Parts: sequence; C-alpha cells; structure tokens
Amino acid sequence: MSTKLHLGTRKGLVQLERGDDGWRITRTSFLGVSVPMLLPDVRDGRLLAAVEHGHYGTKLHASGDDGASWSEIAVPVYPKGEEPVICAMSQKPIPQSLEKIWALEAGGADEPGVLWCGTVPGALFKSTDGGAGWQIVEGLWNRSERKGWFGGGMDWPGIHSICVDPRDSRHVTIAISCGGVWDTRDGGSTWNLLGEGLESDFMPPDQVKDPNIQDAHRMACCPSDPDHLWIQHHCGIFRSTDAAKTWERITTADPSAFGFAVAVHPQDPLTAWFVPGVSDDQRVPVDAALCVMRTRDGGKTFEAQRNGLPQEHAYHLVFRHSLDIANDGRTLAFGSTTGSLWISEDAGDTWQRISADLPPVYCARFG
Amino acid sequence: MPTVQFTANLARQTAAPTCEVGGGTVRESLDAVFADHPTLRGYVLDDQNAVRKHVVVFVDGTAILDRETLSDVVKPTSDIFVMQALSGG
Repeated sequence: MSTKLHLGTRKGLVQLERGDDGWRITRTSFLGVSVPMLLPDVRDGRLLAAVEHGHYGTKLHASGDDGASWSEIAVPVYPKGEEPVICAMSQKPIPQSLEKIWALEAGGADEPGVLWCGTVPGALFKSTDGGAGWQIVEGLWNRSERKGWFGGGMDWPGIHSICVDPRDSRHVTIAISCGGVWDTRDGGSTWNLLGEGLESDFMPPDQVKDPNIQDAHRMACCPSDPDHLWIQHHCGIFRSTDAAKTWERITTADPSAFGFAVAVHPQDPLTAWFVPGVSDDQRVPVDAALCVMRTRDGGKTFEAQRNGLPQEHAYHLVFRHSLDIANDGRTLAFGSTTGSLWISEDAGDTWQRISADLPPVYCARFG
Repeated sequence: MPTVQFTANLARQTAAPTCEVGGGTVRESLDAVFADHPTLRGYVLDDQNAVRKHVVVFVDGTAILDRETLSDVVKPTSDIFVMQALSGG
C-alpha cells in the first residue's frame, strides 16, 4: 500500500502520510498560492509542483527531500512572434503565453530526465533534463488542427492528460479539452489524431463525431494493459481497447455518466472508478448524495459506492485530477471543490473522510 | 540613477531588493535589475516579456502605458515602482 499522498489545492500543497494510526497531514508548502498540478517522480524520488501565483504567474518547483525544501526550476516558454490562433469559439486570439500547468508526467523508466508538461493555452512541452529546460513539442504545435481547438470551462484549450506507454516510452497519448485525443509513436516528432467513436453531443449535428473537438475531461490508461484506456468525457464515459483508436460509449453508468475524474485499476483494465455529478449544467452529486461509481466488468455494470460518503446536502464536485489510485489497486483518494478529502483502502467499498477543512482540491497523487 | 522598488508581497516569493540602476526606459531599467536577479524576471514579466496581467509598473507615480515593450521613458531621478494589481488575488 502507498503511504504518501500529495494534494495540489487552491491554497498550496498538502502532503499526507499513512502511519499506524491512519492518514494524517504532515506538511504544507506554498501556503496561499494555488498548486494546480504536481508530480511525484518515482524514477528519481523528486517531487515537482506547479505553483500558480495570482499576480506573478506560474512557476515550477522541485524537491529532492519530499517537500522539506524546494528549488525553482524552469517553466515552459511559448514560441515568440507567431501569428496567434483565433479561437474557433470566441473568435479571440489565443494567448501564446503560459497560463496554467495542467499536466505533468514522467517519461519512461528508460528515459531518465524526460518530463512531459501539458499547458493552458493548449500546448505540450518536453524536457530531457528534469525540468532545467523545456522545448515545445513542435510536431503537435504546428498541426493545423490546433486552430480548431477551444476551451471547455476555461477560456482556452488545455492539455490535461498524458499517458506514457510503459511498453514503449516513445508512444505517448494525450487528451485535450477541447481538442480530442492524440498520440505519438516517435517520442513527439509526429502526432496522430485519434478518437473514433467519441461524441460531443453539444456540438452542431455534423460535428458531434469530429475527433478534433472532443472534450475529454480526463483520460487514463491501465498500466498493465496500456491499450485499454478510459475517458470521462463531457458527454459521458468511453472505453478503448485498441490504444485510443476507437472508443465505445458506455451507457450504463448509474447514477450518472457526467463527471470529470476517472481512475483505472493498475492491474485490471476492466475496473475503473468515477465520481459522478448530475450533468454539465448541474455540477453537484445526484440527489446531493455523494458517491463514487465503480465498474468491474468494463462498463457493463456500475455500482455506487457510498459507505462513508455524505448522503444528504453534499455538494462536492471532484475535479479531473483529484481522484487517484495507488499501485495496490485498493487504495484510492479523492478531494473535492469544497475541501474534503476521502481515502479508501478497500477499493472504494468504504471511505474515510480525512479532512473537511482543506482548500478546493485540484490534484491528488499517491507516491 | 533610477530607483526600482518592488512590492513587499513580491519579496515574499523571491529576492526583490530595491535597486539603483541605469536605463532610459522601463525596459532598460528592469533588465538591469533582472541581470542581477534573474529569477525576478518571471514574476514581473510573462514569458513574452510583457508586464504580467496582474502586475502594474509605475514611473514617478504614473502607471506605464506600454505594457508590451516597456518603452516608457525614465529619467535619472525617476522612481520605478512595481506593484501587484488588486485584481488577480
């Protein structure tokens, strides 16, 4: 079982450890400043934190001692001097300047120092030196389809999910809100637009199936079977068994197919967890009763897990990065917009509220 | 020489001491500060070298007009003050 959990919140980084008497908060960093994303890098033991100042922009900090001390490292820099892309929805130019670090992932075990970073406005950056410097991934940035992306929830498109294939570090699959699902087979030089079967019901009828504008809220792959991926999409839940080429819409979600987060069992691709809300225009738990939704048969059936979760007047929303599962496949954690953190150590059958007093939680990661 | 002073809130994040520097424009004076304090640059300017959205630069009590290229003129006696806007908190 994992014994460390890191939370990125609206008001700083919160770290927890599992002791003999349970989980407790052991450290806070960057208090008062937003931490939208973090990465515990299992390859070298470093912890990275994106620190988003209200006035002074986004920074990246790294710690080699589990958060006791931090040093600032480089942030991605957008290319200069290009004609800005006009957002297809707002008809306003999309800024070519870093607003938010929205995804951080380590490269493969065979690529020490490689890091991937997804940002708002939508761009992908790669570092080969542990974050000392970043290069924009031009093979994606220069694709003409980028002009068709637009923001979902935020003003601008953003890259929020990056899956590095454990079998082949050069195979990386990303999801963009709203810009569909893409993969590279050559470490980022060339990219393929995937996502047949995804459906954005809110679009004009002739664009519902357009792969380039799909609004995946979160995409996760099964580490032991990486061709299996799940998406919690704006319009429902989808599953792929062929490395994101085609997707099956899951229509059996109960109580709801709307949500942001998804976690996949690390050893069983048929098992996944979601935290549903009513719908896109009512982003609260169904009947104000909070539940986690689990399938163990690839989406044929779902069960609502409620033990330990508030069932009356509970208005928690769980953002896309705020649900995580540990490598044991049994320990899960999620944090809410209203500052509660729950952990389960039995695959979601029972939950314990660790705190009800946190800032809004943006990101939860074991490690 | 122009004096550059930073809001105390910024000094909580990174070294931002008051400096006397050269320069005939805001850009030149700030660049002189950033030469000695390179980390400070990214807190005041964005990655395109424009003034950050929620930062305001004053020269002798007047907010600068050119937030993109920072061409506003400074005199040898000028006081440049970098503050955080009320927005953005």
